[in-house]
Amino acid sequence: MVSFKKPNLDSFQGRIHIATLFVTFCFLILVTRLVWLQLISHNKYALQAENNRIALVPAPANRGLLIDRNGIVIGRNYSALTLDINAEEIQGNVDTLIDELSQIVMISPKDRRNFKRSLEDSRKMGTFPLRSMLTEAETARFMANRYRFPGVEIRARNFREYPYNELASHLIGYIGRVSKADKERMQAEIENAKADDPSALQTSFLPGIQYVGKIGIEQSYEEVLRGTPGYDQVEITAGGKPVRTLSSSPSVPGKNVVLSIDIKLQYLVEQLYGNFRGAFVAIEPATGDILAFVSKPNFNPNDFVEGIDAITWKELNDSPQKPLYNRPLKGIYPPASTYKPFMALAALETKKRTATQSIADPGYFVFGNHTFRDDKKGGHGMVDMEKSIVDSCDTYYYLLARDMGVNMMHDFMKPFGFGQITGIDLRGESKGILPSTEWKKIAFKKPEQQKWYEGETISLGIGQGYNTFTILQLAHGMANMVNNGIVMKPHLVKAIEDPFTKNRTLTTPKESYRIDLNPENIEVIKKAMVEVNNSGTSASVFRGAGYKVGGKTGTAQVFNLNAKEYNHGSTAEFLRDHALYIAFAPADKPTITIALIVENAGFGAQYAAPIARKALDFYLEGKWPKEIPEWKRAP
Amino acid sequence: MEKSAISKTKQFLFSIFSGFDRQLGLILLALAAIGFFTFLSASQNTPVHFQDELRNLMLSFMVMWIVSRIPPKWLETAAVWIYVIGITLLVAVAIFGLIKKGARRWINLGIVIQPSELMKIATPLMLAWYFHKREGVQKAWDYGVAAIILGIPVFLIARQPDLGTALLVFAAGMYVIILAGLPWKWILPFIAIGTFGIILIIIFGNTICANDVTWPLIHAYQKHRVCTLLDPSSDPLGKGFHTIQSMIAIGSGGFFGKGWFQGTQSHLEFIPEKHTDFVFAVFSEEFGLLGNLILLGLFFALIKRGLAISASAPNLFTRLLGGSVTLIFFTYAFVNIGMVSGLLPVVGVPLPFISYGGTALVTLGFGAGILMSIHRHRRLVQS
Repeated sequence: MVSFKKPNLDSFQGRIHIATLFVTFCFLILVTRLVWLQLISHNKYALQAENNRIALVPAPANRGLLIDRNGIVIGRNYSALTLDINAEEIQGNVDTLIDELSQIVMISPKDRRNFKRSLEDSRKMGTFPLRSMLTEAETARFMANRYRFPGVEIRARNFREYPYNELASHLIGYIGRVSKADKERMQAEIENAKADDPSALQTSFLPGIQYVGKIGIEQSYEEVLRGTPGYDQVEITAGGKPVRTLSSSPSVPGKNVVLSIDIKLQYLVEQLYGNFRGAFVAIEPATGDILAFVSKPNFNPNDFVEGIDAITWKELNDSPQKPLYNRPLKGIYPPASTYKPFMALAALETKKRTATQSIADPGYFVFGNHTFRDDKKGGHGMVDMEKSIVDSCDTYYYLLARDMGVNMMHDFMKPFGFGQITGIDLRGESKGILPSTEWKKIAFKKPEQQKWYEGETISLGIGQGYNTFTILQLAHGMANMVNNGIVMKPHLVKAIEDPFTKNRTLTTPKESYRIDLNPENIEVIKKAMVEVNNSGTSASVFRGAGYKVGGKTGTAQVFNLNAKEYNHGSTAEFLRDHALYIAFAPADKPTITIALIVENAGFGAQYAAPIARKALDFYLEGKWPKEIPEWKRAP
Repeated sequence: MEKSAISKTKQFLFSIFSGFDRQLGLILLALAAIGFFTFLSASQNTPVHFQDELRNLMLSFMVMWIVSRIPPKWLETAAVWIYVIGITLLVAVAIFGLIKKGARRWINLGIVIQPSELMKIATPLMLAWYFHKREGVQKAWDYGVAAIILGIPVFLIARQPDLGTALLVFAAGMYVIILAGLPWKWILPFIAIGTFGIILIIIFGNTICANDVTWPLIHAYQKHRVCTLLDPSSDPLGKGFHTIQSMIAIGSGGFFGKGWFQGTQSHLEFIPEKHTDFVFAVFSEEFGLLGNLILLGLFFALIKRGLAISASAPNLFTRLLGGSVTLIFFTYAFVNIGMVSGLLPVVGVPLPFISYGGTALVTLGFGAGILMSIHRHRRLVQS
């Protein structure tokens, strides 16, 4: 039991002492806390206060222009008024807000979808355009109602524009809004750059980067084109209201990129393809400049800039024509007979044949228990090297392939770039296959498949079998031959131009290496190829040309007919033969080499060579075909 | 002629301030001055004007002066009445009160008042009166009666709901009960349990703050408040925002502070309630640790002086009342600074004489007046 003493003054004063001790203890806790905050953690909090106070308002840099070799602008920017919404200031439902706004300005379902998608991608941080290219009337209407929409404002923004729409879409590529993945990748790049060079911090202002090249030149020259975003250091209140600008760091515009492409030539070729699918590459042999880089069908890169809408995307993606597929870069095809001039050169260089040596062609070649047929029943009779090219005699090359063997062919063709990465300045290049016994061991899993069968060597001679190359490789190989074995790296970008001084810095030419070739041997092949267009398979196509041109047709089988007769008309379209053609001109001093394919079109001479003819007529003589609409410079 | 005028003035002033505890007066004046200068900085861009603050301070000192002249005997006589009126008002609030921000705390009697503020003085007054009456015949059940006297206002205020004020009233009453001689055997277990509980909360903070865990007897928002205290970054844009921002303000002040009117945190509106409950953050940012040590020194001196006055008070009523009032000052200062610096949950407690706010200043002036009155009348009662 607790006993209760009469509380006297002594016991009260005792409790007062204890209270004093308690108070002292509590005050010491406070002092400790304040020392912790104000001395020990001072730096941390001072920094946080500073970060609180200062917001960096990005000033995006102007993106560099894309210019063709003759100064025609094919990628540019335009400024337009846009209705922007600050995502952080959205109160309530986004749809309700957009509904209300649509009473004042026109907002399409696509605008709404795009806006909501960027909103989701960015986790509701930043300002996004809802509607661009506002009319004067819309601008005035919004300004009158502005007070109703906090966080919504009209701003002038720069937009990317490809004035020729589909033209050259695969090589130009497009830009799009920076995605979360892009942001993370750029962050990592910047971290790496910072580790190497601490002063690189200046370029690290990520929020200023709103667009990034997604494919094509826009992607591969992103760093050059992008420039450096600037920012204003703005003192802000807790509510994000700017109080004053403390300092400004101006943006540095991106540099212009000068393409090696002749955009008129590109336009002409794209028109010549009509509704056919295919790929066309033209190269200037002396420099490696790519003059035209066609992939048909193509797409409109403008659709992608502000986010492509789902319907267009589905159409492009699901189309059996594969318009998004970069055919010259990624498409791999058997070179077919266009391979024969390279085989002939190989024969001369490896001394397996001389130019005058002839074979007797019965129209077929039997190897083991398999008969390899020629396309001419009864054969071509006595065939020397020139005739083998001019008449495209298969038997000549069956025998040659047998005599050379797969590895000798491989070793000769490899430096020409067949089955190799050419190193073009676009990402995603396909390698194709240049077979060898070594290759087969790696390519196949089962031991019985890894063994090279002699029979497989035979069809390699006519550019079939395992051979699959890109059209780029074919054009590159042609250029290397007519350039007398000097290998120039193929490239789409010629120079980088300063947007103010217009000073150009050449990015190329770069000589990669030289193939040791006998010029006399090259002359033999070139002469034979000129003869192809004089009296051979494509003679009718080149009748009356004002220049001398060497060429070779090719017709590649899409599927194995199992010795059945091929009938062009009765074969389903996607199973029809591919028409190929390679060419160089003018023959004595080539300034252009061409390789092209028209998918599922039929004979090379009939479908592919005419495209080359018209392209050369224009490139060398400025002649424009009547059936193709005139080139019009974009306004 | 002139000399006599001076001496007359002197005489008059002496009569006014006779018994006005000089030490206490100077400390309070210094605090009020600090409060006023901080207010000038904190009230920038707010609708309150310094004239209001000046008026409130003068009102507070006036109340203090008046109360200091009231003999403690009168307070003893009025104690029961004040308490009963206070309880009546609380009941009236519960029935007719005005609802603001979801709480029923105010009543309109021509002027709008908050009766719970009155209970901060009325409750210890009543308890001191009771223990004084029972002096010499104290029994165990006296503590039961005290618990009822204390429990009624605490319950009514907690129901409003105003947990902060309820806790302060509870503390004020407990100070009287403890000072009156509540046996240590009864106190220590509570201290032990409390300490143990706090340690448990800190250790198991993450577990008990999980979303699906509900606490018995505690509102969800109150749980949220404790949990954001344990980890302010868990809700950086919500409840934790204020704590984080005031900690940034205090920490960024450093040793010497950023200087008067130079605080960025406060001037850029990062600090909530910056001229009332969070005024300490403004002061800390602009005057640094140095200013804080001076401020804490002043508070400590105020409490020391108050306890000294209580210790030498003439009878049990004045001793208990003085001690309790002093410890309320302490509680205000400790809880306010603790909450602004992120040690304690955010409850609406002003910093005595520094925070803006009429009612609180008047209540505090009243308390200070009581202490002065006790000091002034010590001999009168003894003789």
